[in-house]
Amino acid sequence: MSDAIYHDAILALAKDRRHAGRLDAPTHSHTSDNPLCGDRVTIDVDRAADGTVRRIGHFVRGCVLCQAAAAALAASVEGQGATAFAAAETALARVLAGENSPENGIWAAFSPVARHTSRLDCVRLPLVAAKPVFEA
Amino acid sequence: MTNALRSQFPILTPGLAYLDSAATAQMPLAVLDAVRSFETTSRANVKRGVHRLAEAATDAYAAARRDVAAYLGVPASEIVFTSGCTAALNLVAHSFGALMKPGDAVLLSGLEHHSNLVPWQMLTARSGIELRFLDVDADGRIDLSGLESKLDARVKLVSLAHVSNVTGAVLDVAAVVAAASEVGARVLLDGAQRAPHGPLDLKALGVDFYAFGGHKVFAPHGVGVLWARAELLDAMPPFLGGGEMIAQVELTHSTWAAAPAKFEAGTPPIGAAIGLGAACRWLGALPWADIAANEQHLCQRLLDGLGATPGVRVLGPQSLQARVPVVSFALEGAHPHDICQIMDSAGVALRGGHHCAQPLHKRFDLAGTTRASLALYSDDSDIDAFFAGLAKARKILL
Repeated sequence: MSDAIYHDAILALAKDRRHAGRLDAPTHSHTSDNPLCGDRVTIDVDRAADGTVRRIGHFVRGCVLCQAAAAALAASVEGQGATAFAAAETALARVLAGENSPENGIWAAFSPVARHTSRLDCVRLPLVAAKPVFEA
Repeated sequence: MTNALRSQFPILTPGLAYLDSAATAQMPLAVLDAVRSFETTSRANVKRGVHRLAEAATDAYAAARRDVAAYLGVPASEIVFTSGCTAALNLVAHSFGALMKPGDAVLLSGLEHHSNLVPWQMLTARSGIELRFLDVDADGRIDLSGLESKLDARVKLVSLAHVSNVTGAVLDVAAVVAAASEVGARVLLDGAQRAPHGPLDLKALGVDFYAFGGHKVFAPHGVGVLWARAELLDAMPPFLGGGEMIAQVELTHSTWAAAPAKFEAGTPPIGAAIGLGAACRWLGALPWADIAANEQHLCQRLLDGLGATPGVRVLGPQSLQARVPVVSFALEGAHPHDICQIMDSAGVALRGGHHCAQPLHKRFDLAGTTRASLALYSDDSDIDAFFAGLAKARKILL
């Protein structure tokens, strides 16, 4: 059933507003679009000199999956650095390839999306937006 | 009536409410059989071979062109087969565009599908053509009150959607043709969303070009039609170069075949074109008054039900006047893709997103909408399923 995507953990992540919204004076910011649907995600971060993410904010014009992925991303990297972002990318790639792993962590909630090719980019968009921020 | 029609579409099994016909319409047995027959008895390349399969394929391809032409009320020599509606529009932008000079203008509108926008932007970038735009009114129609001020002798072409793929609004073609003729501008209609909803009499429309895709009119993917007046096809240079479109080739230069071959470089979409010919024969024999009445009844049900649903905003005409059953809506607090995903689980096939009409959605301050689009095989069970699915989506998402 294609509505298996919308289970409680995904809906809870999508409603998690703790990091929702733009930051005042971020040190880094980047916006990405999904050209197929017009969705847009902006990721703002406030990084310390050592790269640690002191604050992160996301502004999402997108679907439940996109909102949930943005929340999962924020939870994954807050207080950490580029290594945590890379780990999130790896975990999400595993999940969307249908691979189970105890290291998937919060991203395991997206497992049902792996069966829906047309929705993969919905989940990826926040990480696509965040990547330049962590490569800067 | 609908049951008899619906039974001709093998894919429309119980449990599927297919409301995405504006994206791709399904194929009836008449078309499926024609394609299968060609591919299993006559499959070969056209025009050059002399063996019997090549002869049969060439004859079938020519017959398909005649069938399409007869359905549209035009000479077969004015029918160009393309790979789709997008290719047809690009052909005009390239080849008619080649006849324009810097400072000339093309008049478009704010509700065009990207296929009738981007090719003109590309022409502008390489040729210095000016683009002008008619506004879109609150009902999702092209605002023709701007015609007089936007048209002058510099406008060489008015290129508009005959029917919006988002709002379902039907263009007042007569008004456009009358205004364009005042300044000597040609008129191109993107007929992708009009062609599935009844016969077309292109000569009576008075336009100069008409484009649509096969898969919107119950035919295979990969084929489309550009109709243009003979004098325009003769005047325009080719779009793509290659085999089949030449008269003579030398090492340094070539001359062109007469239209329509001039615009059909390479091996054409033979089987798909034969399917399109079969679709046109099939369409030409249908009881269109009954079909129109059914489509209007179902469209009214959609409009009434959506109008009674809290948080719903329909993007398009609220009445049945001059509209086809393509109904796009926004549901406050719910994303179109989430709505479509949940409704798919209820057996309802919809389309969500910007529908390749981003400027139109921007006009209404929306990133996307959810679209239900009906066709001649739609019935009340589809609408029942739609509202049951929408209730489920609202329960999960809101």
